[in-house]
Amino acid sequence: MTSLIRRCCFAFVALSLVIMALPVMAQETIKVAYVDPLSGPFASGGDEFLKVFGYILAKVNADGGALGKKFEVVPFDDKLQPAEALIALKNITDQNIPFVMQCTGSNVGSALVDGVSKHNARNPDNRILYLNCGALATELTNEQCDFWQFRFTGNVEMRAAARIKALPKDVTKVYLLNQDYLFGQSVQHDTRKWLAKLRPDIQVVGDELMPFGKVQDFSSYIAKIKASGAQSVITGNYNRDLNLLIKAAVDNGLNVRFDTYLAHLIGGPTAIGAAGENRLSTITEFDPNVPVELHKPDAEAFTAGWRTSHDTDFSEIPFLTMFQMLAKAIDKAGSTDALKVALALEDMKATDMVGFPVQMRKEDHQLLMPYYAATFSKNVKYDAEKTGFGWKTDFIATTEDLTLPTICKMKRPAS
Amino acid sequence: METVLISVLNGLVYGMLLFMLASGLTLIFSMMGVLNFAHASIYMLGAYLAFTISQVLGFFPALIIAPILCGLIGAAIEVWGLRRVHHNGHIAELLFTFGLVFIIGRLVQMTWGMLPMAYRVPHVLDFPLFVLYGVNFPAYRGFMLLVSAAMLLGTWLLLKKTRVGLIIQAALTHPNMVGALGHNVPRVFTTVFAGGCLLAGLAGVIGGNYQTTEPGMADSMGPIVFVVVVFGGLGSLAGCFLASIIMGMIQTFAVVIDYSVADLLRPVGVVLTGDTLLTEVLTVPVARIGALLPFVMMVTILFFRPRGLMGTRDT
Repeated sequence: MTSLIRRCCFAFVALSLVIMALPVMAQETIKVAYVDPLSGPFASGGDEFLKVFGYILAKVNADGGALGKKFEVVPFDDKLQPAEALIALKNITDQNIPFVMQCTGSNVGSALVDGVSKHNARNPDNRILYLNCGALATELTNEQCDFWQFRFTGNVEMRAAARIKALPKDVTKVYLLNQDYLFGQSVQHDTRKWLAKLRPDIQVVGDELMPFGKVQDFSSYIAKIKASGAQSVITGNYNRDLNLLIKAAVDNGLNVRFDTYLAHLIGGPTAIGAAGENRLSTITEFDPNVPVELHKPDAEAFTAGWRTSHDTDFSEIPFLTMFQMLAKAIDKAGSTDALKVALALEDMKATDMVGFPVQMRKEDHQLLMPYYAATFSKNVKYDAEKTGFGWKTDFIATTEDLTLPTICKMKRPAS
Repeated sequence: METVLISVLNGLVYGMLLFMLASGLTLIFSMMGVLNFAHASIYMLGAYLAFTISQVLGFFPALIIAPILCGLIGAAIEVWGLRRVHHNGHIAELLFTFGLVFIIGRLVQMTWGMLPMAYRVPHVLDFPLFVLYGVNFPAYRGFMLLVSAAMLLGTWLLLKKTRVGLIIQAALTHPNMVGALGHNVPRVFTTVFAGGCLLAGLAGVIGGNYQTTEPGMADSMGPIVFVVVVFGGLGSLAGCFLASIIMGMIQTFAVVIDYSVADLLRPVGVVLTGDTLLTEVLTVPVARIGALLPFVMMVTILFFRPRGLMGTRDT
């Protein structure tokens, strides 16, 4: 009996020691805030990215983190609303977290660029860096570019250039269908621009904007596309707006290519399935078959590790590059001070997981990186979302290919 | 011509799906005075249940079982939920169903996850029924028309030819009188609520693979169903039917119209130029705003005929 009591006492003391030790350990980490939709209709993306960050951080922290400390991601829900994101930003700066990441929505990204810039001007002793990992509108590193924003993903124009370069040579008639909001209009504009530049032989037989997320039945669009005689539909649609489009095409027997920008987004392969075989293509930062095709066993092992515990695929290579570059910049700066880290990040060169060179351009803080055009195919080693079909690379747009001019005129802080 | 015919067919399919959802809602709304916000959530639940059941038993058993499950869930919601908050008036009931939307939405996400389900059209129905000017009409859409027509006939027979239907009809127009005549009005309420949810579940089963089964499907279907109910008018199934078909047609036809208001004005001699806000609004092609037309029509009808197309009471 007494031994039981003694054991209980020991357990209690041990437990309280652990609890007391926790906050001490927490202070040892470098916190990176993560703002994205974690509830509501777009939560699937934010939720997935949060898991991906967990997986990436395990590697980055095992590789030594930065300044001998580990990274820690602190999630905040913005419900894809700019106003909510700004409230989260206030919360983040109150907690003195020096970095904020955001990976979904250009409208939110635009608000954060502005919010972070103002905050830093007003609070020079508590500055914060905005690490953009998925707000794609080209404007964010052109007209709206800001010293405190670093974009670690390709903008719409880079993707458009890759998209058009990857179009098969025998395509001569295309139909553009895009969502009627900032991103869709941006895709429409840049697709036309690069079509004119690279493929003057292609005729645009239809160019249309559709209401974002409101269309229930795409059959009428299919009839229009069929009547236009297009061989390929180039679209920036994603999620529902893409899945229903392709479904309707199959139902109605329309046999065209779908050259998309975002078909690889989470949930897309499951919803589209066999309907997309050999005619659905996408523009991606990475997919699990890239290391196989390029013979990079280390990278393959890393992506395969994700597959063992998840039903989805690891394609977020820029997230890994972002943390590796951030760690390097913090080490170089010797602190997490936003200004010092920003200066260290500028013009930093690195190689991504499969060995391609990337660079954070100083003029506009846009990461120059490669893109892959891939087709939905059965002949792959790793299928997407356990559908039996996966992304087979047809074309690699290299970093040099996608080094596009910028019109950014950045206001630099007096350091 | 060919696009017209194809659009009529597709409009009809979509309109009938809308009707299946809206008929239950209009019955519930007219009788209990409660706009059941969770109706589209039951539709979503029907699709998810059908997906799970069809994994085990196949599509056709799912077609029967899933709607019944939805009906039972509806009955449970009415008996243990709505009836309790009923004393506190319509606002409380409204808020209750509003809360249910979030609860059901979250439960679905927790059970099935946030990704779309691979809920596909069954193989027996996965072929083109006929080819019209080079465009296939899928057999599954024909099947959807068949199911919704059968459901329309069934509901009509139930309401017009049976004693239960008589009481429901009476309760639609004179709920207090029916109570005064000694009928068990709460039980009628439960029956109607369960029946409405059953229809929503059925719509979910056949709509889930016609569209995609994902957590956002309730949000995308919800608003348009309310528009149909308001547009058709309270207490009128015929009005609801008409409104569903009209909305289905409008949404499919709007897409193929490439003209804008400015094009209409051109023959009259008005040519719009410049970069003003008015020019911008008037030169937007109908195809781009097609999905918003139902809402415009709802606002219009509320202005000029507040009781809806064939409604018997004011909204």
